[in-house]
Amino acid sequence: MSQPNRIAGGQIDDKHALSFRWNGRNLTGYAGDTLASALLANGIRLVGRSFKYHRPRGIFSSGSEEPNALVQLREGAAQEPNTRATMVELFDGLVATSQNHRGALEWDLLAINDLISPLLSAGFYYKTFMWPKAFWEKLYEPVIRSAAGLGRLSELADPDIYDHGFLHCDLLVIGAGPAGLTAARAAARAGCRVILADEDFRMGGRLNAETHAVADMPGAEWASATCAELASMPNVRMMPRTTIYGAFDHGIYGGIERKTDHLVDSAGKPRQVLWRIMSKRALLCAGATERSIAFANNDRPGVMLAGGVRSYVNRYGVAPGQQVAVFTNNSDGLRTAADLEAKGIAVSAVIDARKGDAVIDTSGRKGLRSLRLNDGRKISADCLAVSGGWSPNVNLTCHHRGRPVWNDSIMGFVPAGDLPPGLSVAGAANGTMTLASVIAEAHDAAKMIACDLGHARGAGVAPTSSDETYEASAIWHVGGSPARAWVDLQNDVTTKDIKQSMEEGFQAVEHVKRYTTLGMATDQGKTSNTLGIAIMAAASGNAIPDTGTTVYRPPYTPVSIGAFAGRARGKDFRPFRLTPSHEWALANGADFVETGMWLRAQWFKRPGEAGWRDSVDREVAMTRASVGICDVTTLGKIDIQGRDAAEFLNRVYSNPFLKLPVGKVRYGLMLREDGIVYDDGTCARLAETHYVMTTTTANAGTVFRKLEFARQCLWPDLDVHLISTTDGWAQFAVAGPNSRALLSKVVDSMDLSNEAFPFMACSECRVFGGTPARLFRISFSGELAYEIAVPARYGHAMMGALMQVGEEFNAVPYGTEALGVMRIEKGHAAGNELNGQTTAHMLGLGGMVSRKKDSIGSKLSERPEMIRDDGLRLVGFRPVDRTQMLTAGAHFLEKGAPADMAHDKGWMTSVAYSPELGHSIGIGYLKRGGERFGETVRAYSPVRNQDIMVEICSPHHIDPEGERQRG
Amino acid sequence: MIIEHPLLGPRDAAEFVYLGDAAMIDRPDGMTVDDTGMHDYMYLRDNPAGDIRELWYHEQGDRSWLVVTRNTITHEITKVELARDVARRSGRSR
Repeated sequence: MSQPNRIAGGQIDDKHALSFRWNGRNLTGYAGDTLASALLANGIRLVGRSFKYHRPRGIFSSGSEEPNALVQLREGAAQEPNTRATMVELFDGLVATSQNHRGALEWDLLAINDLISPLLSAGFYYKTFMWPKAFWEKLYEPVIRSAAGLGRLSELADPDIYDHGFLHCDLLVIGAGPAGLTAARAAARAGCRVILADEDFRMGGRLNAETHAVADMPGAEWASATCAELASMPNVRMMPRTTIYGAFDHGIYGGIERKTDHLVDSAGKPRQVLWRIMSKRALLCAGATERSIAFANNDRPGVMLAGGVRSYVNRYGVAPGQQVAVFTNNSDGLRTAADLEAKGIAVSAVIDARKGDAVIDTSGRKGLRSLRLNDGRKISADCLAVSGGWSPNVNLTCHHRGRPVWNDSIMGFVPAGDLPPGLSVAGAANGTMTLASVIAEAHDAAKMIACDLGHARGAGVAPTSSDETYEASAIWHVGGSPARAWVDLQNDVTTKDIKQSMEEGFQAVEHVKRYTTLGMATDQGKTSNTLGIAIMAAASGNAIPDTGTTVYRPPYTPVSIGAFAGRARGKDFRPFRLTPSHEWALANGADFVETGMWLRAQWFKRPGEAGWRDSVDREVAMTRASVGICDVTTLGKIDIQGRDAAEFLNRVYSNPFLKLPVGKVRYGLMLREDGIVYDDGTCARLAETHYVMTTTTANAGTVFRKLEFARQCLWPDLDVHLISTTDGWAQFAVAGPNSRALLSKVVDSMDLSNEAFPFMACSECRVFGGTPARLFRISFSGELAYEIAVPARYGHAMMGALMQVGEEFNAVPYGTEALGVMRIEKGHAAGNELNGQTTAHMLGLGGMVSRKKDSIGSKLSERPEMIRDDGLRLVGFRPVDRTQMLTAGAHFLEKGAPADMAHDKGWMTSVAYSPELGHSIGIGYLKRGGERFGETVRAYSPVRNQDIMVEICSPHHIDPEGERQRG
Repeated sequence: MIIEHPLLGPRDAAEFVYLGDAAMIDRPDGMTVDDTGMHDYMYLRDNPAGDIRELWYHEQGDRSWLVVTRNTITHEITKVELARDVARRSGRSR
């Protein structure tokens, strides 16, 4: 297939044709093309519609600064909107479509916006759509939403994978143009570990796009040779297709490497890798970005940056037009004309603004046809190469709040002294604009860095090169036409918008940006910011340095969200922790519930059970009637050892711990330093200097952290050592009247009688003929109960063995739901009750907080508001009409009182159906609750639409004296 | 950020959990302090523009609590100490 605008030469491989689809058309390009160069080669000038006015737009540049040529790349789930065609490396089978139009690209229905443009000027968002008020939600917003935005998301899950990685180096060189290649070579030859990163797939920067000579060879050839040398060095890592998008603290740079974006299919490999690069030093060689000149209708397809035109001609072998005019305010213009003529492309005019010539308007509906000059001449041209000068790419120098300074001789902002520590700048990014001086500066900078890092010798000498002059002038805006002159192509910001913003009082540079959207969106104003600032300066009469710049922030160019997420997607973001009996539970009908990161059995369904309540009621009833077994491994376990372990526990628990005997367990209440209840659990003394603490499942990690804080920071010389053993031991609750009988058949030669092993006893022991275990006589269910722990690797076998031995007692496994029912029946507090506002007094545990010692939180728990007599107390509730079901979250009101905050008396924290009592029960906080047993209050839940009378009772619904657990 | 761990060398900040002002080491004795003293320890913190000493916990590492001196304007870290050593120096041994 013919490519009408393809010309000879360039760094493309015309033996290697690639076919691709653009808006449904089959086209051909070559290896080495970008999508943009291939489209131009095929004579396609119109590639998209502008953001606001839906003006026809063409390819404007040849790099990452591209504001216009944003396309949808790929199809289906892998489709990516707002991709810059200038950065897409062409591959065989590429599919792309244009975006931001309704109907065909050539006949966009929303082009009507261009006709009503006076209504859409700067700040129109803030002025229109104000009335009638109801129209906003029903009309304006839906219409704006459907019209707004550029590309469209697929709304399907991204099928590709992304990775994260870490790299370390002595020197990170950012950009592989003449400066970057020179610097990397010098530093690498001197012996530094060098990373050279460039956003392009072909290193060399402008050397690939210009006709300069370096070391007596064409610049592009020198670049290839230098790359080959660097690639062969073991201390160099070459990273093409890698954008350094941010400068972070302590020499860390963020890099995004596009691994498989240039392949039709990533074949299971990561599409992109987000690198965290730790550098001792970094050298920014990011070059400069060309900018446009503001003149009427300067946005037509065919109007391009002159440097981009030279790229297409010299690097890609593409003629951007048949008749090209050049408009420049600097010395680069003549070079463009010379390069075009050398390739046999007709140059219809060179308009040099420094001589007083100017383009004042253009024409051509869907692409440039002619220009009008200020002397009245009309010039035919299908391409206009514009150069308004070059802006150094200072972005990364400003990521630590540095501000660039204005340099009058190059007419651009250059880095000031306030760079991120460790970062230096060389070449055009530093405002050094001609080749020989760029190379010399980069070589010297690298040599000095190498010397600083202890590599004083070996950098060699800088290559010789051709040189040129660079003179820029302060010509920004050409008047003489009433038509709009664009500053920011991507956001449709014109000179008029900027002037209007200034007139309306939005004059500071940051205000103008937000009022007009100048410099926003995917290109962040790379081609427009300096021009916009110059026009602001002209409008206000201030100098450019006094106008200042907006703040540069990461990322330098857009980074996909998928890359930031990396592998942490879906369940990989928050993987499940599985209990030791998980496989057993899976095989025995369990439904699971997420508790924190753990997946726990919620109940074990048996055949014939219709709903979850059937299973839970059975598990509770059978446990209370005989024996039940529950995996409680998820509770935090902390092993505490040392001569001062008792003293340590006495300081971190609010209740006394000094006198806990060996072989005994005690309930422990932990406060925060502000006096609020933090966590509770048990602590067992296995030996004189050895304790095992349990915590709630939710706080297992943070309690350990706090204990380490207390141990290292508060009492650094207590002899106490901690280790988390939550995952080390599998632990099972064995509860119910037959638990002793069952365990007698499990535990090796140990007297489990009430006399020998009473309530709150503990011991190390052995089970099933020698397996080490720990036995605790503690009860969360209120039954005669034990918890038995074995090393986690035996957990699965232990669960099966317990159930097998338990067969003769009709033992049942029970899940978290039955566990919850039984603890509510007993009035034991859990997460619902310990919500970060709870005092020990509210739990009825005020007496546990010892006043005879200092412990964490004890002092501030004495504050008057924490111990008020009329404060909330944890009590029990049952419905007056026993057939009604209680609702957690209901608030308590006196009968007849209005339902408002002033009359609020507390709230229900937990409810359950008690199979033993045969009705719904609850616990909750009620003001003066402890004095009101037997009275009734209203439980009101507007959320669940419930309003019932409840009777106040003890929170211990079952066995209030605790006889069962002691029996 | 990179924190120069006194025992383990330079470590990525992602390995750490942040707590706050190192003044939290100076916990008064609850049996002798008055309400104001404990209140001030609990709630009052300086918020300097410049150097701050703060507590970081190497949770994904050796579980050391560290006192890191960091400049809140530049993020420059000028000193990293084991919190235990700091606590001992401020007289918290027994």
